[in-house]
Amino acid sequence: MTHKLLTDGPGEKMMLLGNEAIARGAVEAGVAFASTYPGTPSSEISLNLFQISKQTDLYFEYSTNEKVALEVSAAAANAGVRAMCIMKHVGVNVAADVLMTLAYIGVKGGLVILTADDPFMFSSQNEQDNRYYAKLSGLPMLEPSSVAEAKEMVPRAFDLSEKLGEPVLLRTTTRINHSTGIVSFGQVQTPQTRGDFTKDPFNYVCVPAVSRKLHVRLLENMDRAEELAAASEFNFVEGDGTWGVICNGVSYSYVADAVQDLDIGDRTRVLRIGFSHPVPGSLIKDFLKACDKVLVVEEGEPYMEEAVKAFAQEAGLTLPVRGKDKDLFSRLYEFDPALVRGAMARFFGVPYSPPVTPDLSDLPELPQRPPNLCAGCSHRATYYAVKKAAEGSDTIYPSDIGCYTLGFLPPLSMADFVVCMGASVGAACGFSKVTDKKVVAFIGDSTFFHSGMAGLVNAVFNNHNFTLVILDNSTTAMTGHQPHPGVDMTDMNMDGYGRVSIEAVVRAIGAPHVTVIKPFKVKKSIEAVREALEFKGVSVIISREACTLYAKSLNRLNSRAFYVSDKCRHDRGCLDDLGCPAFYLRNEQVMIDPDLCVGCAVCAQLCPENAILPLKA
Amino acid sequence: MNQNQTTRLIIVAVGGQGNLLASRVIGEAALASNVPVRMSEIHGMAQRGGVVESAIVFGNAESTIISDGEADILVGFEPLETLRALNKCNPQTLVITNLSPLSPATVSAGKSVYPGLKEIQRLIREKTAKLIAFDAAALAKEAGSVLSVNMVLVGAMIQTGVLPLTAESVKEIIRTKTKERFVDVNLAAFELGFSKADASS
Ligand code: SF4
Ligand code: SF4
Repeated sequence: MTHKLLTDGPGEKMMLLGNEAIARGAVEAGVAFASTYPGTPSSEISLNLFQISKQTDLYFEYSTNEKVALEVSAAAANAGVRAMCIMKHVGVNVAADVLMTLAYIGVKGGLVILTADDPFMFSSQNEQDNRYYAKLSGLPMLEPSSVAEAKEMVPRAFDLSEKLGEPVLLRTTTRINHSTGIVSFGQVQTPQTRGDFTKDPFNYVCVPAVSRKLHVRLLENMDRAEELAAASEFNFVEGDGTWGVICNGVSYSYVADAVQDLDIGDRTRVLRIGFSHPVPGSLIKDFLKACDKVLVVEEGEPYMEEAVKAFAQEAGLTLPVRGKDKDLFSRLYEFDPALVRGAMARFFGVPYSPPVTPDLSDLPELPQRPPNLCAGCSHRATYYAVKKAAEGSDTIYPSDIGCYTLGFLPPLSMADFVVCMGASVGAACGFSKVTDKKVVAFIGDSTFFHSGMAGLVNAVFNNHNFTLVILDNSTTAMTGHQPHPGVDMTDMNMDGYGRVSIEAVVRAIGAPHVTVIKPFKVKKSIEAVREALEFKGVSVIISREACTLYAKSLNRLNSRAFYVSDKCRHDRGCLDDLGCPAFYLRNEQVMIDPDLCVGCAVCAQLCPENAILPLKA
Repeated sequence: MNQNQTTRLIIVAVGGQGNLLASRVIGEAALASNVPVRMSEIHGMAQRGGVVESAIVFGNAESTIISDGEADILVGFEPLETLRALNKCNPQTLVITNLSPLSPATVSAGKSVYPGLKEIQRLIREKTAKLIAFDAAALAKEAGSVLSVNMVLVGAMIQTGVLPLTAESVKEIIRTKTKERFVDVNLAAFELGFSKADASS
C-alpha cells in the first residue's frame, strides 16, 4: 500500500499529526536525503520518512548520533541534493560542533535541520530554548504556529536554504509535533537524488585562513537573511490597534484565541514572528512605532523580548515592552490558552474573569501513576540481578537515557545520576575515582553506540574501576523501537545493512572483564554480576534479552502467564524487590494479572516457596 | 449543533488503553463532517503505563490544548484518572467515566490506597454538571474484546450530543479507518456504549 503521505492529490485534505505534516512537507519539497537520531518529540518525522524511503528514491538513515547525522546530511547537501536532518532539542547539543562551522561553509543543495524543543519536558531531561542556537550559529530559523503551517514551512525552508546557501533551522515544540490538524496537500516536487562535489578547498577546508574569510561571508549572509525576514510572509501583522503583541510558535494560537475571547480585536496589533532569526529589526521598529505598549508572548527564554527591547532603544522609543515578568509570563514550562488570555487582560487592563475550576481541596490523596517498565521487561530482570549481587555493599548507579531510566523509582531504585545520552560511563569514571563506593553504570544498547563508547575507551585507558552494564534489548525502545547498529535488520525483513556486535566492540576497546548474561536466567545472572563487581578495573556486563514490547509486536513472544499458587507464604519479595506491574494485591494476597503477565518467569525464580507457577496451557 | 461554537473535549486514559485511536476516530469524523477540529496528545515516556491525555477542540479556535476549567466534556477511560482530571472541569462540564479500575503500581504493591468507586463518583457528581458512569470494560468484553473499551466510550460521548458529530459519521470512520479485523467488535462496542449512555441519561 502506498504510504499515505505520498498521496499525489494537490488540494486533498488529511488529518495529520504535526510530525506527519512535516514529513509530508519534506516530500513536497522533493527531499532526497534524510538522517536522524530518534528523539521525542521528533521521532514520528523520521519514522514516516523511514517508511517512505522503502517506497521511493529517498535515502534515509538512522545515524548513530545527531552529530554523525548532521555530518552525513551536510555532505549530501554540499553535493547538491536536498537533505533534512531531524533531532530533538538536546540532540542539537550533540550536533553543535558540526553546526557552528557548517554555518561558515554553508550548503549547495538545501539543508533543513529540524530541532524539536520540549517545553515542560514531557519526554526530556531539560527544556532548553534552541532559538539561541540560531543566534549562536548565525543560521536562519523558521518556527511554525500550527500543524498546517508546519507542512507549508518545510518547502519554504528548503528554498530559503538554497537562496542563502546556508542550512536553515526549523524549530518546533512538542505542541506542534504532537498536535493533529487538518492539512491540505500541495504539489510534490520530484527529488534530485544524485549529486556531485567539486573540489574547492579554499571554501571547504576550515583551516584558520579559510575560516577567517568564511566568517565574513556568514555575516553577509546574515544581513541578507535579515532583509528576507523583514519581508517574509511568515512575519505578519494582524490588526491596527495600539496594543501591541509580539508572539511566535504555538503562543500565536493562544494569542489569536485570546483576542477573540477578550473581544479586543479593534484595539490590538499582533506581530507573529515565524522567521525568527535573524530578528528583523526594521519590521520590529515599524511595529513598535505604531504601538503604545507591547507584550511579548513566547514560551521559554526572553529571546524576542531582549531583541525587541534592544531595537526600541536603537529607535529611541520608550514605550513599555514586557514579557518575562512575575506578573506575566514565566520562563518555565508550556503556556496554555487561559494563561495567555489572563496575562493579556492584565497587561492591557481588560476586565476578565478566569475559568471557574472546582474546589478540589476535599479530594483524598490520589495514588500517583508514573510510567513504569512493562511487565516482563528485561531491564527489570537485570536490575534485580545487580541489586542482589550488590547486596550489602554501598553503591552508586549512574544511569542513562532510555526506558531503563524508569527504573529509578522504587521498588527498583536503580538510577542515582542521569544527565544526558552517554553520560553514565563518564560519570562512573569520576565517581569511582573519588569515592570508596562500588560504582555500577547502566547504559542502553542504542545509547552505547550513540555516545557511550568514547566513555568506555576513556575508562580502559585511564584504568578506572567500575562495572558497566550494557542493557542490550536489540532496539531503541523508548522512542518507538527504531533500529540501531547492533540490530539484525533481516529481523525486520530489511537487507542491505551491516551489523556491529556490542560484544566485539567492548572486547576491541580492551575492557579486561567482559561477560554476557541472559537476564531471565536469574541465578546465573546474579553470579556473573557478582564476579564482575569483584573484579578490580573496568568490568562490562552485556545483558542480552529482547525488549518485551517489541517482541510482542513482532509476534515473537511465547507468552504463558504465571499464577501464584496456594504455596505462597506472603514473603512478598516479588512485590517489594521486583515490582512487576502484572502483580496486584487482593485481600493481602499477591495475584498475577494473566492479561499483563508475559511469562518471563523471573518472579517464579526468586520466590523462596516456588509458589509462582505457569498456568496450564 | 452550531459548528462555529467551540466545544472542548478531554480524554484521559492509562497508556495502552487506546485513547489515541479514540481521538483519531473522532477527529476523522469531524474532518468528514466539515467540522473544524484540532487535537493534541502526549506521546513518548507517558505511554509506558503512565497517564495519557488527549485534548480535542471543535469549532472556532486555534489552540490545540485545553486549560484548567475549560473542558465542556471530560471522558475518562479509568475512574482514578477521571477524578485526577477534574481540574479540567467547571460546574457545567459533563463527565463520562469507565468504572473499571486499573491499579497504579503503588496500589498494587500495597503502598497506597485506591479511592472507593462510590466516593469517586460522588466527588465528580458534586463538582460537575452531570456524570455518566458505567463499567466500559464489561461492555467491551460483551462486544468481543476488552481492547474495545475506547470505542464503548466513543459511543457514549456521541450519545450525549455535546460533540458536533453524528453517530453515523463516527460509525462510518470506524468502518473505513480502523483495522479491518476489529471493525465488527468496534462497531458493537460503539453501540453498547451509546445505549448505555442513553439509559443513564
Ligand atoms: S518498551 Fe521494552 S524496554 Fe521499554 S519498558 Fe517496555 S519492555 Fe522494557
Ligand atoms: S512471569 Fe512474573 S515477572 Fe514475568 S511478567 Fe509474569 S508476573 Fe511479571
